[in-house]
Amino acid sequence: MSANPKTAKTVQANAPFAIRNYTPEQLREVLHKMHLIRKFEEGAEEAYLRGFIHGTMHLSIGQEASALGICMPLTEADQITSTHRGHGHCIAKGAQVDRMFAEFFGKTSGYCKGRGGSMHIADVSKGNLGANGIVAGGIPIATGAALSAKMQKNGKVVVCFFGDGANNEGAFHESLNMAAIWKLPVVFVCENNGYGMSTSSARSTAVTNIADRAASYAMPGVVVDGNDFSAVAEASSNAVDRARRGEGPTLIESKTYRHRGHSKSDRNRYRTKEEIEDWKNNRDPISKFEAELMQFGVIDQAGITAVTAAVDAEIAAGIAFAQASEAPATTEVLNYVYTEQN
Amino acid sequence: MDTQPRQLSYSQAIQEAMAIALESDPNVFLMGEDIGVYGGAFQVTGDLVERFGAERVIDMPISELGGAGVAVGAAMTGMKPIFEFQFSDFATLAMEQIVNQAAKMRYMLGGDVSVPLVMRFPAGSGTGAAAQHSQSLEAWLAHVPGLKVLQPATPYDAKGLLLAAVADPDPVMIFEHKLLYKMKGDVPEGYYTVPIGKARIAREGRDLTIVATSIMVHKSLEAAVALEAEGINVEVIDLRCIRPIDRETVIASVKKTHRLMCVYEAVKAFGMGAEISAMIAESDAFDYLDAPIVRLGGIDSPIPYNPDLEKAAVPQVPDIIASARALVQGKR
Repeated sequence: MSANPKTAKTVQANAPFAIRNYTPEQLREVLHKMHLIRKFEEGAEEAYLRGFIHGTMHLSIGQEASALGICMPLTEADQITSTHRGHGHCIAKGAQVDRMFAEFFGKTSGYCKGRGGSMHIADVSKGNLGANGIVAGGIPIATGAALSAKMQKNGKVVVCFFGDGANNEGAFHESLNMAAIWKLPVVFVCENNGYGMSTSSARSTAVTNIADRAASYAMPGVVVDGNDFSAVAEASSNAVDRARRGEGPTLIESKTYRHRGHSKSDRNRYRTKEEIEDWKNNRDPISKFEAELMQFGVIDQAGITAVTAAVDAEIAAGIAFAQASEAPATTEVLNYVYTEQN
Repeated sequence: MDTQPRQLSYSQAIQEAMAIALESDPNVFLMGEDIGVYGGAFQVTGDLVERFGAERVIDMPISELGGAGVAVGAAMTGMKPIFEFQFSDFATLAMEQIVNQAAKMRYMLGGDVSVPLVMRFPAGSGTGAAAQHSQSLEAWLAHVPGLKVLQPATPYDAKGLLLAAVADPDPVMIFEHKLLYKMKGDVPEGYYTVPIGKARIAREGRDLTIVATSIMVHKSLEAAVALEAEGINVEVIDLRCIRPIDRETVIASVKKTHRLMCVYEAVKAFGMGAEISAMIAESDAFDYLDAPIVRLGGIDSPIPYNPDLEKAAVPQVPDIIASARALVQGKR
């Protein structure tokens, strides 16, 4: 990498939060992971179209800064719950793309041994308690994990990712209330990408900002530009610090956009091409982050090229690993229904 | 350890099991609606909050879905919650977390987590609480792989099965009949468990096997005494657990008596009786049957309010006697 160390050390006081608070190495690793999430999803999409991946998938292309910014202040011991659109969260919390691809390919070497697929992707060893196929299904679970952390006094913070669609589920309201009355160390993160499948937030949700709902549960509600890594990391740091201090939950609304459809069946009839192109061309989180890093001398064009080349190699190796891995034997279909007891 | 039998009520036995679990494992906690100073709607938790504190005997808001999910999340991360539904009917509000999350989490994550969760469901009719507070929904949950579903019929089993459930690494659902809470029976002091998935032969007999659950075990035993006077010798199996089912005990009994009747309070269709009947029909015990199998269950109706109607909606002792007599005499 060719960041100018002098520039990195003498950042201006008015530089963005991330530039001020993270080392150039950390920031370049964030960029690496941003590209890794995007290329992982592009790779998964291509493998799906070529028939290697069964079922469906929900891509978060365009939302990478949100996943990474939120996870930035977390330790490995901290935990997250994720959603059906959870590939980015999984990578941001430390999962390896080879075992993720293997899961998508239904292989034994996959994170869920081929039992979960895209919608239940998890790396429990890194604190990811799992993506969830039920909208709002993970919200009470994250709240329960935070109750565990509080009861065990282990200092862990739990981040609960969910989408805008989940904010109209009862589980959202019940969980925020319980987290608030019990002052649990949990950060609720609504990644508002504008649409719950085809229904816009404007049509589905009575409040202008989902973060406004925090007021009903006596917790801070923070709206942040989800495509601005630094802004997301700042909001997350404040919320995680508050949770770790024992002061209770925060609701962050990370406003973002998914470039792809809801799932593989989406014909994009509910939004315009112009809208999609505007977000892709003018508000892409990776382009924005790269421009910021270059502006503050953290990386240059050659450095970016090196990052993307490394990511391409990692993705190719991950797909090769998945293809070469063994499929589970059908005789083992009953494994893991119950805990094995000898 | 003192294991002298003493008489405790069914609810006292459950409370004692919870106290033992709370004493012996700091990760065990109780959670439910009004289980603290109120003592639970049926006084099952009683004064446990005074003994163990409000941080381990947690009064939750009236939020069954969220509360159940909190219990699932806590169970996935090292705790052992014992969750009380105020009435089993309110499980309908929490089915998402029970069915989609608790039951499947270990499987979906390829064995990387377990969900050592116990849920208690006060169930059944007979209290005049009408249609939304009197159901027997255990078969709904028994249909879901990943769950275990228990129906203790005696104070001894209520304690031993609850302690077995707490020790179990997977989600265990316990249906407690509300009319049994005051029933007394021998309950040893101290820790013991009753194995999950093992039926109990409550009464040995040779002419007819009655497979019963929960309060119907007692009604069947009462019927058996009356039938004995008529020369009909009934074997009563207390199934104790409807998932997993103790196939061996039921099959061996049917091979011995050659007749089978299933008695349960839940709506007859698609219930325990259907499962047991099919299990026998699929097994070599089928060849031993001397008469068609009979199921006695709840009628196709919500539970009514009027006490006479309420009794008419579920099997009563005279119904069991009449059906058993017809079954045994029909082929004689």
